Amino acid sequence: MARAAIVEYGLGNLFSVQQACEHVGLDAAITDDPAALAAADVVVLPGVGAFADAMAALGERDLVAALQDLAAAGKPLVGICLGLQLLMGESHEFGTHAGLGLVPGTVERLPGDKGLKVPQVGWRPVHPPAGRSWDDGPLAGVAPGTHLYFVHSYYVRPEDPSVVLAQSDFGGQDFCAALWRGNLFACQFHPERSAEPGLRIYRTIAAMLDQGALHE
Amino acid sequence: MTVRIIPRLEIKGPNLVKGIRFEGLRVLGRPEAFARAYYAAGADELIYVDAVASLYGRNSLLDMVSRPARDLYVPLTVASGLLTLDDIRDVLRAGADKVALNTAVVKDPELIRQASRKFGSSTIVVSIEAIRHPDGRYEAYTDFGRESTGVDAFEWADRAVDLGAGELLVTAIDRDGTGAGFDLDLTGRIARAAPVPVIAGGGGGSVDQVAAVVAEGAADAVSLATMLHYHLALTLPLDGDAFGDEGNIEFLRRGGGATRRFAPTDLAALKADLMSRGLDLRPAAEAAGAA
Repeated sequence: MARAAIVEYGLGNLFSVQQACEHVGLDAAITDDPAALAAADVVVLPGVGAFADAMAALGERDLVAALQDLAAAGKPLVGICLGLQLLMGESHEFGTHAGLGLVPGTVERLPGDKGLKVPQVGWRPVHPPAGRSWDDGPLAGVAPGTHLYFVHSYYVRPEDPSVVLAQSDFGGQDFCAALWRGNLFACQFHPERSAEPGLRIYRTIAAMLDQGALHE
Repeated sequence: MTVRIIPRLEIKGPNLVKGIRFEGLRVLGRPEAFARAYYAAGADELIYVDAVASLYGRNSLLDMVSRPARDLYVPLTVASGLLTLDDIRDVLRAGADKVALNTAVVKDPELIRQASRKFGSSTIVVSIEAIRHPDGRYEAYTDFGRESTGVDAFEWADRAVDLGAGELLVTAIDRDGTGAGFDLDLTGRIARAAPVPVIAGGGGGSVDQVAAVVAEGAADAVSLATMLHYHLALTLPLDGDAFGDEGNIEFLRRGGGATRRFAPTDLAALKADLMSRGLDLRPAAEAAGAA
């Protein structure tokens, strides 16, 4: 049974992530111990809340360098919601803040004009970018156009568009809903709150771990 | 954005209950069985309301939260007389995704700011439960509709958003459980002014009324109880675990007078009907993984 280490840093609902992991047969522990992260087969970085608070909370637990080192060494790392945003180089949430810098790019606020409501809360369809297939990778088996559950006020803009695995749109403007690059998979939606299609993603990640397909 | 359809389950002890205008609670059955059925039928979220929390304290609250959260993979909002930041943390740790706050934040509005900072504004739903007075004023009530506050519902909505509420759950107490339709004036005025999503509740008795609160009431999401509960009460197997020992559904199966203002409706059929009217929803079939 592959072991998942869910990063505890004081923000976010870790319970639902743990339940989803266990539902698909992962042995899931919630921890802030860098050694436990290193010993796991996959590190899951969830998170709800403010970007700067999250980076500060990771820093207080000596997890910034630990996560950077693990990712650089090829450890599979799954980021969810704020956990996706933290992978980026910098965020423009209330000023400019450095992120983990694992994926070059920025975090930007959803444009709350044109009567659009921010935070965006609810189910949105996700699609592969033109020319991209989901046949292999973490979204295998998810039908393009499936609605998944989003709660966010910010979105990520990776510099390299080829890392974008899924996109959705906000008021007609496409944004990155999920990215995948080697050992890094991260999504803006909450797969553990996206009913069976979300569990399918967890199941696929578990299978990829067993096959070594998420390692670099 | 797709319109969310959110079954609302009021809980008293181990039972799913439903009343009229928050009173005369009747036991329908077991909340877990109803929640499971809603999950399978495409519920976009679930709301759990502890119907006695403000009165008697938080009996078995964490247990109530962790049971549905265990194998239902859609967002769960809990409204249960939460009073402090520690209360909120405990409920989130137990498995809730969001909390809906009313009584505590009317008494201490700063709690909205503190809670949204600590847990993220998307976790903090401010629940506004209002009664329309004959002169047209809408007054916010607390303690499950028992205590008047003198607070104007519209001013309170503005203030709650300013303080950091991520969503507003707006319930017309005088419509609740009546099937008389939503209060489109209350919902519409708040939803059009608020920069955050508004969940409309109280009064939904038919598909037409749900469509109206989206179109005319500008609701971003709709919370429904009786019209969905009655459908399950009429269709779930009697010998399963849906009703327990205390489920009082004979009145429904006999077609009693209390049911006449409702069109008991299957959740998946409701969503299909709304989509056929051009509304944007997540199709119910996707809950099971089909697209």
